[in-house]
Amino acid sequence: MKKLPDVWGGDAAPLVVDNVDTDTIIPSREMRSTGRAGLADGLFAPWRYTDADARTPNPDFVLNQDTYSSATILAAGENFGCGSSREHAVWALAEFGITAIIAVSFAPIFYANCLRNGIVPIALPRKAVDRLAAEYVTIHLTDQQVTGAGNIYNFDIDPEAKHMLLNGVDAIDLTLTDRGAIETWTQRDRTARPWVYLEQTK
Amino acid sequence: MTQTLFDKIWDTHQVAQTATGRHLIAIDRVFLHERTGAAALKRMAEIERKILDPARVFAVMDHIVDTRIGRGDSTLMQGGEAFITETRAACRDAGITLFDVNDRDQGIIHVISPELGIVLPGITLVAPDSHTCTQGAFGALAWGIGSSEAEHAMVTGVLRLERPKTMRVLLEGALSEGVTAKDMALHLIALHSAGGGAGHAVEFAGDAVTALDMEGRMTLCNMATEFGAMAGFIAPDAKAFDWLAGKRYAPDNFDEPYWANLQSDAGASFDTEITIDASAIAPMVSWGTSPEQAIAIDARVPAGPRKVHDYIGLEEGTAIAGTPIDVAFIGSCTNSRISDLRLAAKLLEGHLIAPTIKKAMVVPGSLSVKRQAEAEGLDKIFEAAGFEWRMSGCSLCFYAGGEGFPKGSRTISSTNRNFEGRQGPGIRTHIASPETVAASAVAGAIADPRELARKKVAS
Ligand code: SF4
Repeated sequence: MKKLPDVWGGDAAPLVVDNVDTDTIIPSREMRSTGRAGLADGLFAPWRYTDADARTPNPDFVLNQDTYSSATILAAGENFGCGSSREHAVWALAEFGITAIIAVSFAPIFYANCLRNGIVPIALPRKAVDRLAAEYVTIHLTDQQVTGAGNIYNFDIDPEAKHMLLNGVDAIDLTLTDRGAIETWTQRDRTARPWVYLEQTK
Repeated sequence: MTQTLFDKIWDTHQVAQTATGRHLIAIDRVFLHERTGAAALKRMAEIERKILDPARVFAVMDHIVDTRIGRGDSTLMQGGEAFITETRAACRDAGITLFDVNDRDQGIIHVISPELGIVLPGITLVAPDSHTCTQGAFGALAWGIGSSEAEHAMVTGVLRLERPKTMRVLLEGALSEGVTAKDMALHLIALHSAGGGAGHAVEFAGDAVTALDMEGRMTLCNMATEFGAMAGFIAPDAKAFDWLAGKRYAPDNFDEPYWANLQSDAGASFDTEITIDASAIAPMVSWGTSPEQAIAIDARVPAGPRKVHDYIGLEEGTAIAGTPIDVAFIGSCTNSRISDLRLAAKLLEGHLIAPTIKKAMVVPGSLSVKRQAEAEGLDKIFEAAGFEWRMSGCSLCFYAGGEGFPKGSRTISSTNRNFEGRQGPGIRTHIASPETVAASAVAGAIADPRELARKKVAS
């Protein structure tokens, strides 16, 4: 995973709609290959294009407007990223260049997917999101602060997740440093719950 | 100390706690499907990471497989075949068990996992699929994750998690005639919002829950994700153990003390508790583009965001019953099991779908459900009524680019999501129980299943 800088800023693309689901962020039909690349073009396809097949841009959609066509920060509503667990939604956002999403709240799987892919999910009260939307905002990851429109907002982020984002740490590598504990636990569990462990059948 | 069921499962699986307060939680089973599975397996192969215990990882072809009789690897969705062939190759290389396109056990991931006894009470099970929570019906902690997390679970045997809050949803009282687990789920979400369960692991309890059969319990837990919850589950009782006994991957008996202890202790406290009078629930149908936008079948469309009214083509104050529909679909991991099909067939017997219906389809949740239904003659009832009878898969539950309908078409669907475009660009989806789908197909418009049932009794 790429390291995130400590501080960066940009115009927060306003998309403050509630319950934006991952089918909208990246429709299933836009997931054209089994890999995780080549998704940015299909990002928000139902809203971004008036005709998705012909890729006719919808001039009203925020990411088609000059100020936001290379936005790095998104301002969003409640329960952002709900629905399908597809990580492709986050891959598409990351490939587009999004590095932070400021939302009223996030769907849990989407939130975890952001942390694994170099996007900072920032949950703030609705009032704050409304103020920051369409403003130039600065994100201070170490200090856990967002500034914009003359205000400073603190946000919560799990310290471990923050450390991983700032240092580009891969979660699997990190967990493997505890390999010993996992092995010891598994040994014990094999006796406690032998029925959990299956024989290889094929 | 009193503990909730969640606490017990969590504590049993806690391998370590990190300095930063994360919990390493052991994962007992991982289940993949062809839509997202190949992405995880391929990347692991690229960076030479191996699955720790391949015997506990399973995969199935369900999301984009064709459901027409006589299917092969080719899909209606353009480019879909690559997902199937690449997943097949990746599973073979990784040495994991795959339920392939025409395997006799093929079916929707959350339907076949219980059928095969892969999910068990008290285990942890994850899959890169948000409806993994369905399997919580058996008292497992089962939840959906992303592909990276799936990789993490496969490589390390654990996930690094924050402990969620606990919630108990008590559904008290008896359901009235014609009301199902699907209606319970929609009622809960309409009442407490699509984000109502956020941050929580949700235990469903109360006499309306214990009265449900296992299929009904799966339907209820299935929609925990539509409630925003991490997971939904129900304490396993004799019904759950009996249902699983003798299944292929299940142990021979459930005599271990671990299983006897799988319920919340009396007096255990939850971070959040919700009580719902189940006797007041009516058959529900969604009117908008979020599952929280659902109302009783005899209610009128309330005021909602302009965008939603425009998309769905229904204005405030319109009676939802009587809204003409184009498509009727019975299927998905929410409602495609044998008891769903029995109830829908019972209503449909002796009826024809309205001539205005452009397509009506039943897609059994698994090939095993399909065989059972055929043995009971249900397929004949569906076909006589005008429904198509299919092979199993996710099918019209979501739109991958294959089977679709013209923009603006209206469907009544036994699925779980009514999002904009979920069933295709511009498609207007109404989610409801299979009985409501059946009754609506007969009427050609959204209809109360209780009326059709009454008519049947009268005639
Ligand atoms: S049936 Fe629908 S909700 Fe269930 S796993 Fe398939 S696509 Fe997902």
